[in-house]
Amino acid sequence: MSGQIFHDGEADLAHRAKWWTGRALIYGALALWAFICLFPIFWTLTTSFKTAPDVMKGNILPWWDFRPAWLGWRSLGLSPETIFEESTVREEFLKRFLNSLVTSVSASVLAVILGSLAAYGLSRFAYRFGPMRNGDISFFFLSQLILPPVVLALPFLVLYRELGMLDTRIGLILLYTLTVLPIVIWIMRDQFAAIPTELEEAALMDGLSIWGAFATIILPIALPGMVAALILSLVLTWNEYFFAALLTSTHANTLPVMVASQTGSQGISWWSMAALSAASIAPLILVGILLERFIIRGMAAGAVK
Amino acid sequence: MSASGDLLHVVEPDGLSPRRARFGRAAMWGAGAILLLVAGAQTMQALGHADLGFTTWRPTLYAWLLWMTAFCWAQVLIRGEAGKRLLFVLPAAFFVGSMVVFPLIFGLGIAFSDWNLSSPDGRRFNGFDNIAQMWGDPFYWNALGNMVWYVLAILVEYVIAFGLALLLNAEIRARRFFRVAFLLPLMLSPVAVSWMIGKSMLEPRFGPVARLGRELGWENPSFFGSPEIARLTIMVMDAWTFIPFMMIMLLAGLQAIPKELQEAARVDGAGGWRGFREITFPLMIPVSITAILIRIIFKLKLADVIINVTAGGPGGATDSVTSFIFREYRDRSNVGYGTMLAMVYLVLIVVAMTLLMKAADRWMRPKG
Repeated sequence: MSGQIFHDGEADLAHRAKWWTGRALIYGALALWAFICLFPIFWTLTTSFKTAPDVMKGNILPWWDFRPAWLGWRSLGLSPETIFEESTVREEFLKRFLNSLVTSVSASVLAVILGSLAAYGLSRFAYRFGPMRNGDISFFFLSQLILPPVVLALPFLVLYRELGMLDTRIGLILLYTLTVLPIVIWIMRDQFAAIPTELEEAALMDGLSIWGAFATIILPIALPGMVAALILSLVLTWNEYFFAALLTSTHANTLPVMVASQTGSQGISWWSMAALSAASIAPLILVGILLERFIIRGMAAGAVK
Repeated sequence: MSASGDLLHVVEPDGLSPRRARFGRAAMWGAGAILLLVAGAQTMQALGHADLGFTTWRPTLYAWLLWMTAFCWAQVLIRGEAGKRLLFVLPAAFFVGSMVVFPLIFGLGIAFSDWNLSSPDGRRFNGFDNIAQMWGDPFYWNALGNMVWYVLAILVEYVIAFGLALLLNAEIRARRFFRVAFLLPLMLSPVAVSWMIGKSMLEPRFGPVARLGRELGWENPSFFGSPEIARLTIMVMDAWTFIPFMMIMLLAGLQAIPKELQEAARVDGAGGWRGFREITFPLMIPVSITAILIRIIFKLKLADVIINVTAGGPGGATDSVTSFIFREYRDRSNVGYGTMLAMVYLVLIVVAMTLLMKAADRWMRPKG
């Protein structure tokens, strides 16, 4: 074995250097933005374990420049020593949490059912409602996206008052369904359009009805898209604040309303506010980490035709 | 794209008996009669002609639900297979119809009246007084002006989102980690963000950002003191939550571009910037326009952060239309005026969005 025969030329070495600076720049930018995205979450989590002096001194790293304490979580009744004791704050929190869960899950499921059916129908059959044809019907559904919530808020406030539906979960569920329905239809329309009609034709030949073919052949294929639409709806409805703030007061108010009402009061301490915020965003952070694939799929569905 | 005929052809084997159709019509009209009866009785009571013991309008709601169900069922009975096809779209259409069309018409009625929910007088029709009041309301025009600024901020968001999408599309390690990290802000509720960033991180004494500002030589960091800075802060917070949204749409667009195109460009000697400007960017224009339009729609609903961080202050500098109307209702219970403002806003939005979409359509169409 003699020495190396082929050597990199001068030009290639310059190329290497350029490549390395390019890499460094890319990873630098990535790291910077990841820091910008993650720091507020990190800050909220750590602040919930701080005590007053830590907050004043602006300590940031736990165990490095402050010793974590359960102060914030104790005020929520969720720290290790208070978790088995009675706590009105915790009950309040769990009640709001349950409200958020019930409203967002029911609204998303309802929207996915209604939206998938409509999107399937529009992708397969020609309808005529008076002067409206398929294109117009689709546009009618999708145009709801433009409608700002504030336009509906006050009429609904009056309507719900007359119907005795103020401060009820069902009232919120209906409105939330309405807000996410266009998004679901938008996503599902693309999903169904991508499924060849030959599949149903074969099923119809074998004696299935339209609804039978839809339920047994098409639904399983479109399921990933439906899950994507469901998760996107869940995120949007879980975070909804505007309608909840206007239409609920004591029974049906959701987690964002509780968080917002706490921020307003001056006396509340940072650590308990941080614990409350952290607890209210935790479920969605989990969803984001575990189901990121579906969220991205849902949002990408409409982007590329 | 809409075909004139069905994409899926169905042979209709069902011989529909006239009895079945008659029964269907009877069910539909019967439910309709019940609806009219109940609604009529409730209206009578509301007008004070008779006391029938209704406390809410719920009976009418139930009758309406009954009629919708009967209508759907009757379609199947009368039209057979074609009715079954209608059943796919009817529920959603009914839902949107009763949740949007009816409240909008109802809202128009409220908009032309003087109605303070907390006063016992109830509703009073006042014609165009609300419009006159709106014309002279500097805060509403100010809020509309702010919306223009907020929407313009989307251009900056777009540039950042595009950059991030390019970064994520480059050949990098730990792509999944970065993608999740970049996505997370979108998961957080605006209300939580208001506290996490607006109230604690930007707090002038103890907040880490204020500390950083002081380190960098900003004497008294205050993020909500002057109108311009406050508006900018709100823009930044909103951008922080929604940049991932545009980024993902753009990333999907980037991934749909065939790799061969880039390679061909590189072989032809167009590397880096030129390859981007002449190959990637033109191909990304349709996706970009979709992303920006959707982002504008979301931006026009901006309210949560403003309500919770600044409540419109200082002096209305950060007010969006939605947050302004929200306070108008919450502070003064003024339903009539608030609804009129919202309706005007809706008209403005619809006009602006239609013009924008027309312009985008013309711009996207290939020249030639």
